[in-house]
Amino acid sequence: MDEFLLLMRLDIITKEAQPSPEQMQVYMKMYQDWVGGIAAQNKFIGGTGLSMEGKVVKSNNVITDGPFAEIKESIAGFIMVKAKDFEEATGFAKDCPILQGEGNSVEVRKINVKS
Amino acid sequence: MSILFMANGELIPHLFRTEYRKIVSVLCKRFGFDQIEIAEDIASDTFLTASQTWGLKGIPQNPTAWLYNVARNKAASHLRRDYLFEKKIARELKNNAADIQDTPFGDIHEIDLSPQNINDSQLQMMFAICHPSISPEAQIGLSLRILCGFGIEEIANAFLISKVIVNKRLFRAKEKLREEKIKIELPGPPEIDERLAPVLTTIYLLFNEGYYSVSQNKTLRKDLCLEAMRLCTMLIENNATDKPPVNALLALMCFHASRFEARMDKNGELILYEEQDTSLWNPDLISKGGYFLSHSATGNTISKYHLEAGIAYWNTQKDDTKEKWENILQLYNQLLQIEYSPIAALNRTYALSKTTGKKEAITEAEKLNLSDNHFYFALLGELYTDLDNQKAKQHLRQAIMLAKTQVDRQAIQKKIDRL
Repeated sequence: MDEFLLLMRLDIITKEAQPSPEQMQVYMKMYQDWVGGIAAQNKFIGGTGLSMEGKVVKSNNVITDGPFAEIKESIAGFIMVKAKDFEEATGFAKDCPILQGEGNSVEVRKINVKS
Repeated sequence: MSILFMANGELIPHLFRTEYRKIVSVLCKRFGFDQIEIAEDIASDTFLTASQTWGLKGIPQNPTAWLYNVARNKAASHLRRDYLFEKKIARELKNNAADIQDTPFGDIHEIDLSPQNINDSQLQMMFAICHPSISPEAQIGLSLRILCGFGIEEIANAFLISKVIVNKRLFRAKEKLREEKIKIELPGPPEIDERLAPVLTTIYLLFNEGYYSVSQNKTLRKDLCLEAMRLCTMLIENNATDKPPVNALLALMCFHASRFEARMDKNGELILYEEQDTSLWNPDLISKGGYFLSHSATGNTISKYHLEAGIAYWNTQKDDTKEKWENILQLYNQLLQIEYSPIAALNRTYALSKTTGKKEAITEAEKLNLSDNHFYFALLGELYTDLDNQKAKQHLRQAIMLAKTQVDRQAIQKKIDRL
């Protein structure tokens, strides 16, 4: 069993793209049902949604507000899962409810575990 | 023990249950773990004296005070013997007994059996016994013996193991506590949360031992549950240990215990939740649970006890509403993220069938990979019922093959018969 990181990327900046509080509640339920389904298979390791604030420290010691490389690709959250291969991990990612929003994506990365 | 039970009917066994543990805790705290057997002997001896004396002279006006007095005297003469022995040896060997001689005689033999010291000693004892260095089974065994005043035979009955094994387990646990030089004291504020965790685990296991025990002895099972709740209440009554997860655990136990009368028939056989006579649910315990649940809602961490108490709360709601199942589903979603267990995974899937529908739940159930668990097939049987009764039967038959107890097999057979 390998470990994978699922990075959820979506626009958390543009005002018009943000959900209303009611929509947010619906999304949270969908998100919890998705994670709960993975956890019920004993394949959830950890991870959570992230708040909007952030800082970026660059090599020349410049610190900027916002962790956002591209607005569309801001990291909104991450989870770590156990899966036997990329196929299974990608299967989890496919069910992620954020993918119902156009332009959103889930990046699947294998975690190198020291043996 | 048998003499005690015969001599004074109900009183001495009752006092043994409530006072033995207090005397042992106070004495053990005074002597240290090195002499825990002596503390236990003195406590047992006190009850033996009581049964003999009360049998002849009648029951004293204040039996508890009488017991404390006798225990105090027995402990004092033990300390005096010890002291004299030490003094003599010290003289012979070291020829230097000045420090011992200077100690005022009266003070060092005084045993403090005030309510405050009894409470403190019991609480400190709880932390000493639930020390991470000894195994969970040993913690439960020692807790039953020393904190709950259970006899060896009762412990053996509760676990369905022999008295020899109980004695061995207790002996090894005490050895370990001595080897590790565990102090009988309350951990300081920085470590209290960390040390509280195994204490709560032991209390919860103790409760579950009563609630889900294989033993058919209803009184014994109820006693285990009540003792667990009593220990948890002691933690809540002390400011240092009155923490949110402690309140959540007591809430959880109150909610569960509210169904105690409804979930077993006269023969000690289990009645399933759906088939219980809800008029037997105890409303006092339900509202008590609500009280502690609201008290647990402080601070900013959600423990598994909070989530389980939340689920248990919704299970005390008789009506089968969408709101109830949606809440239960969300609580299981969170619980599984904190701590996976097969039973939580199965219950979550059941809740999902109630909110989203059976077909969705079947898809999710098939991902669970629990094909060695009879509850898994029982759940699939339940989910397929009315959708495909043939499949439902297949799954239920599989469940019977895997079920470990007669009670479980009977319950599943009933479901097959109904199809």
